[in-house]
Amino acid sequence: MTKMHNPTHFSVSRRALLKAGGALVVSIGTSVPLDTVLAAGEAWAQGAKPPLMPDQLASFIAVNADGTVSAFFGKMDMGQGLFVAIGQMVAEELDVPFKAVKVIMGDTATSVNQGGASGSTGIQLGGKQMRMAAAEARRVLVEMAAAKLGLSADALTVSDGVVHAKDDASKRASYAELIGGRYFNVQLDWNKEWGNTLYAPGKAKPKEAKDHKIVGQPIAREDIAPKVYAQEDFCTDVRRPGMVHGRMIRPAVAGSVPAKVDESSIKDIPGARVVWENGFLGVVADKEWDAIRAADKLKVEWSDAKPPFPNQTALYEHIRNAPVRKREVGGKELGNVDEAFKTAARVIEAEYEWPFQSHACMGPACAVVEIKDGNITCWTGSQKPHFVRDGIALTLGVPAETVRAIWVVGPGSYGRSDADDAAMDAAVLAKAVGKPVRVQYTRDQATGWDPKGPASIHRARAAIDATGNVIAYEFTSKGFSRIDVNTNGGAPKDTLAGHFRGAELKSADGFGVPAESYEFANKRLAWETIPPLLARASPLRSAHLRDPVGPQVHFASESFIDEVAAALALDPIEFRLRHVKDPRDVAVIKAAAEKAAWQARPSPRKDQTGAKVSGRGIAYSQRNSTRCAVIAEVDIDRASGKIWARKFTVAHDCGQIINPGGLKYAIEGNIVQGVSRTLWEEVKFDAKNVTSIDWMSYPILDITETPEAIDVVLVNHPELPPTGAGEPSIRPVAAAIANAIFDATGVRIRRVPFSPDRVKQSLS
Amino acid sequence: MARMNLDVNGKVETIEADPDMPLLYALRNELALNNPHFGCGLAQCGACTVHVDGQPVRSCVTPVSAVGNSKIVTLAGLGTPEKPHPIQKAYVEEQVPQCGYCINGWIMTAAAFLNQNKKPTEAQIKEALSGLKCRCGTHMSILRAVKRAAAMMG
Repeated sequence: MTKMHNPTHFSVSRRALLKAGGALVVSIGTSVPLDTVLAAGEAWAQGAKPPLMPDQLASFIAVNADGTVSAFFGKMDMGQGLFVAIGQMVAEELDVPFKAVKVIMGDTATSVNQGGASGSTGIQLGGKQMRMAAAEARRVLVEMAAAKLGLSADALTVSDGVVHAKDDASKRASYAELIGGRYFNVQLDWNKEWGNTLYAPGKAKPKEAKDHKIVGQPIAREDIAPKVYAQEDFCTDVRRPGMVHGRMIRPAVAGSVPAKVDESSIKDIPGARVVWENGFLGVVADKEWDAIRAADKLKVEWSDAKPPFPNQTALYEHIRNAPVRKREVGGKELGNVDEAFKTAARVIEAEYEWPFQSHACMGPACAVVEIKDGNITCWTGSQKPHFVRDGIALTLGVPAETVRAIWVVGPGSYGRSDADDAAMDAAVLAKAVGKPVRVQYTRDQATGWDPKGPASIHRARAAIDATGNVIAYEFTSKGFSRIDVNTNGGAPKDTLAGHFRGAELKSADGFGVPAESYEFANKRLAWETIPPLLARASPLRSAHLRDPVGPQVHFASESFIDEVAAALALDPIEFRLRHVKDPRDVAVIKAAAEKAAWQARPSPRKDQTGAKVSGRGIAYSQRNSTRCAVIAEVDIDRASGKIWARKFTVAHDCGQIINPGGLKYAIEGNIVQGVSRTLWEEVKFDAKNVTSIDWMSYPILDITETPEAIDVVLVNHPELPPTGAGEPSIRPVAAAIANAIFDATGVRIRRVPFSPDRVKQSLS
Repeated sequence: MARMNLDVNGKVETIEADPDMPLLYALRNELALNNPHFGCGLAQCGACTVHVDGQPVRSCVTPVSAVGNSKIVTLAGLGTPEKPHPIQKAYVEEQVPQCGYCINGWIMTAAAFLNQNKKPTEAQIKEALSGLKCRCGTHMSILRAVKRAAAMMG
């Protein structure tokens, strides 16, 4: 996190800033905040900074005059402590103390676009690049030291940022002496890609895991104290000179637009102004409270619009009957599924349903945009600020080089939240009123109008032969695309400001199939997408929500595997182990079973009577090379329908573990959010609009419902590359709970959420 | 508009504001105290919580004129790294955050509860914190932190 350094550095850095202008100032043309100056500018003493491009080592690593290291990271931490792991990887490769590394994230002026927070790739892809860059920096520094000391590079080693002869520590040159305060001028071998897939290694090979001293340690976060003592600002706290406050006004009927706006209705509110362009409608005022009052008081007549949505009760029927826009078979069909089903002695079939869900971020999105001297700066909580830069450029029709987006920590976002929309709205307002504008969404806008995790149905069937073997398996998801709007706000077609101002919503096709290694002779996994309900500004447009479509797909697939096991009267783990082929998958299932002291027997258990019953269930899945098995132990009150997901046992394998402490917290968060999504979360709507607009109409898990224990088994593979941990463990949660409910009650609930009403109904 | 005195974190400040304006905006915009966050404006989440005469209050629905001479304490006034409230110390030691946006609600509510309830049971702690929201799912570590703070406070 960018904390301010000793202010006495300011004069030096100020000069550095001026000299570094080519990279930091002139091309951006806007003032650079002090912390960035100190972080970036300190690295520079002479020579020009190379262009901020991925083929330059200087774009990732700088050694400051005092020997500390700045690591410029084009992804960001949305709350899981990712920056600690990145700092560990950089410190490890450079052979500097962990505390010497400062990871600077999410400012388009100091980092290249590594994709932002995206798909649990922070370490898997972002860290991989930072590791390679740091290794290359060390290699170059050792070469420089070799030249300076007149020794061969092979004769040198590095300890705590000092290069020295292996056999004589007095022959030494510190990183600070070698390059401190100057930029690297080293070319990397860039693959010419931007975003997650950006990769630019140097000539160096990173260390072998056996030599790791910092990687693998449970190093604590240092950003918690500043938050706890109210010393750190969030995005919502950014203020600019002359800034005014903006509020957006959304239609009561999705699809309608303002027909008449009576600006005189707010004339008594000081400084209140309307910004109206096609469907885009906002107000600004000098004082925030006045902006709130203006948004409330403004008289607007809306166009007639046919209510665009089906009744909530008809949602799954709508999905079932909707035309398939795209169908895709995941991987390759094994054998001949259709033929195999013809020979089945018995067919087991089931269908599962998952609702729209909201990001429902803790804080409604906030963004500040300032336009000054033809240059635009946006302070945003978006997890993809580089795309915010591109989105603002396209929204306002200016070159991307004139836009700078600065990520400032905001509420956790869990995917394509409302943050990107707020940034675009602020840009449009700022351009219209000629002043810096801070847009703060309201709670009803945050929950009601954020892009939603898609609703879906999932059909599964298994063919069983006369001897009880599974001879064929088919699984098909059908639902709204996970990319009605893209994973970022990089273009007007993907943002509310774009839609309201006239850009069409261009829904693309994206879903997913179960990620597992069950081997059946005949097997087909497929998905089908359907068109959005409203192809313009829509509160039910769908997009990425933590582990995009993972929870819904694996709720269905892992519930179904359990259904087959039960139909064959087999223990759910025994059945899985008969068919799971990947050894690492087997290992996590066994590790979870052992930790939870799993007793082998078929579900359901039949030894309970009375209102309160308990059960246990397992589910497992892969996610981009990570695998995770989750065992849930739940208590069910049959009278009230209330479920307590009491205990979880999680076995997690994400290859090499960079920071086991941070990993454990990330897993806990995933499990708890997974419980919330499973038991409570469902976006409600009527024909006109989304009606889940606050925490009463969109309930999430309460602290009184917290599990009593989450036991985590970390399976470490130091010999393998590290893979993602930001999302994989949320995947199996819903199915593990569903399977535990079945174990306890013998009743299979195939629709999420398992709210008390639904559970009670299912059990009666 | 009305002139009002606000006693915040031990200092009396004069502001001029609409008496109906929620306290949250007075703290954030008039006094530049950023720590209470806007989360819902409906008293449903707790992100805006401050102490008014030692009681946790949702500043997003409390009219600024209703506070009178009461003593307001925000997160910034609860403790410092040098002189922390035990719940702040425990939060750091238990490494609670994911994003940290909800911190005001949990810390201010827990602090008020712990100040008045020694050796609480886990059920009492949960009940005291019920209704507060954390979207990142840090519930497990929040409970660990509150229990740790309770132990510190004996």
